Amino acid sequence: MNHWIIAPVLIPALAGMLLLLEVRERHRLRRITGLLSCAAMLAVAIFLGDQAWSGEITVYALGNWQAPFGIVLVLDKLSALMLVLTAVLAFPALLYACCGDDRRGANFHALFQFQLMGINGAFLTGDLFNLFVFFEVLLIASYGLALHGRGPERVKAGLHYVVLNLVGSALFLIALGLVYGTTGTLNMADFAVKAQELTGTDATLLSIAVLMLWVVFGLKAALFPLYFWLPAAYAGATAGVAALFAIMTKVGFYAMVRVYALAFADGPFAGLGQAALWWLALVTLGLACIGVLGAKRLGTLVSYLVVMSVGTLVAALAFGQLEALGPALYYLLHSTLICGGLFLLTDLIARGRGEVADHLQIGPAILNGGRLSVLFFVAAIAVVGLPPLSGFVGKVALLRSVPDTSYWVLLLVAGLCGLIAMSRAGSTLFWRTTGEGSGLRPARRHLVAVLWLLVLSPLMAVYAEPLLQLTTAVADQLRNPDLYLSAVLGGGA
Amino acid sequence: MELLVAIIIGVLVASGVYLCLRARTFPVVMGLTLLSYGVNVFLFSMGGLKMNQVAVVGMSPDPTDPLPQALVLTAIVIGFAMTAFLVVLALRSQGELHNDHVDGKPDDGGRS
Repeated sequence: MNHWIIAPVLIPALAGMLLLLEVRERHRLRRITGLLSCAAMLAVAIFLGDQAWSGEITVYALGNWQAPFGIVLVLDKLSALMLVLTAVLAFPALLYACCGDDRRGANFHALFQFQLMGINGAFLTGDLFNLFVFFEVLLIASYGLALHGRGPERVKAGLHYVVLNLVGSALFLIALGLVYGTTGTLNMADFAVKAQELTGTDATLLSIAVLMLWVVFGLKAALFPLYFWLPAAYAGATAGVAALFAIMTKVGFYAMVRVYALAFADGPFAGLGQAALWWLALVTLGLACIGVLGAKRLGTLVSYLVVMSVGTLVAALAFGQLEALGPALYYLLHSTLICGGLFLLTDLIARGRGEVADHLQIGPAILNGGRLSVLFFVAAIAVVGLPPLSGFVGKVALLRSVPDTSYWVLLLVAGLCGLIAMSRAGSTLFWRTTGEGSGLRPARRHLVAVLWLLVLSPLMAVYAEPLLQLTTAVADQLRNPDLYLSAVLGGGA
Repeated sequence: MELLVAIIIGVLVASGVYLCLRARTFPVVMGLTLLSYGVNVFLFSMGGLKMNQVAVVGMSPDPTDPLPQALVLTAIVIGFAMTAFLVVLALRSQGELHNDHVDGKPDDGGRS
């Protein structure tokens, strides 16, 4: 059995525990431990990605209890892709936080590692209840991180975030109870097989469970009407944390894709809730446009861009079933990285402007604002989807694979709204200034972290063809759930 | 038996939802606690309800399903930790915002 699969969960778990053990305030050691753990995760994720790329689906039975009785971790192309994305995003986010933000509260580094453990675990697990547990791990760490640093705004947004997610967890448990009650299993593969054989009342109960799962995943992904918590929580969080949170909504999307591809792509439950998902996604997209245009702070603006990307992705999933998944995954990579980069950049701009921070109003000029304005320009082009950067490639690929008028109109309008909002924000922040400011100059590490994330967008545009082939291959593997089922259930190890 | 459990779950969840929709943090915390109790009993009953049977195969002619018990245990532990966290958060919000309204708004004359 290949033990490397569990490494993305174990590395942050061990690092987190080590970080908890340090009694004295030794910031340097903590930072090095955290960054080393992130670097190790990146290496392991790339190694696992290489392994998954051969098309083999690797199954790791925890405690050697064979599926469907024990809990399994499953590594296929989709999990590997998400693991790499997490690691690529986590390193610069932590690097950015290491410039001082981590000292504004206790245990930042340990929480950061536990959050990564939850995210990686959610991407790897092949068991529905285990998915719930990893969701809780990543959520409880995110509660701590969202509240990191003080301030009434943060506490208020944090309270809403926590209460909403606790209700979400209760719904998740009810759905899992129904799944177990009707199919007698919680293993995703086994569940997918047993679900096809249900009839009568059991089938109705399972449909209810599935719709509840959609609600829970929709809450995590911030889909209308469950996205209202996001802008306040994300805009209020510390920059490094907000950048890492850019992937949290994608965890919800991942869970949708996984469960959908396994159990509901065809069979008696095909298309369950799909029409509703489609309209909700379109409404999300529309409301995100309004949010982007109405945002009074750059942080809120970027948060609505995250909501916009979620609407775009879920609509693509709901429309094309799995046909549009290849381009959607490319767009997911692009939007996660660029939104993460934008959260970091927002903080740099806010620091540079001093008192007015990231409020979109006339304020003092940013000290040495030239470099930041170039970065902002690049990020804005990428995120709204203008040529030549990755946003454009992603949107063109999505438009080609989702031939639907309302989607086309909404996606193009969303691009236009994003463009208007970003150019208005940019001109306010960089041009409408009142003399020299008293803000802080960005440190070199800050710039490295931001550059890391922003440089990936031009790279993704240059290597668009191989990357799109890669994401299409991921989607092809998902379209063929028998591979997954036979890997998990057939023969076991 | 089934009817009794169903009624208990219904009452717990209904009271939980009602309290969650209140505007003060304390009722919301209580509501979430009741909600999680309801969910726990629900999970417990998912393996089928049996009287006086142990959860070990071979020790009784008709053993009860052990898995929901394990699930409930996990759910209870997680729910307990979350409730503790929420209480701390509610206290801090009370301290920082000087009132216990969930939106952090000043008192509106006790109408909520």
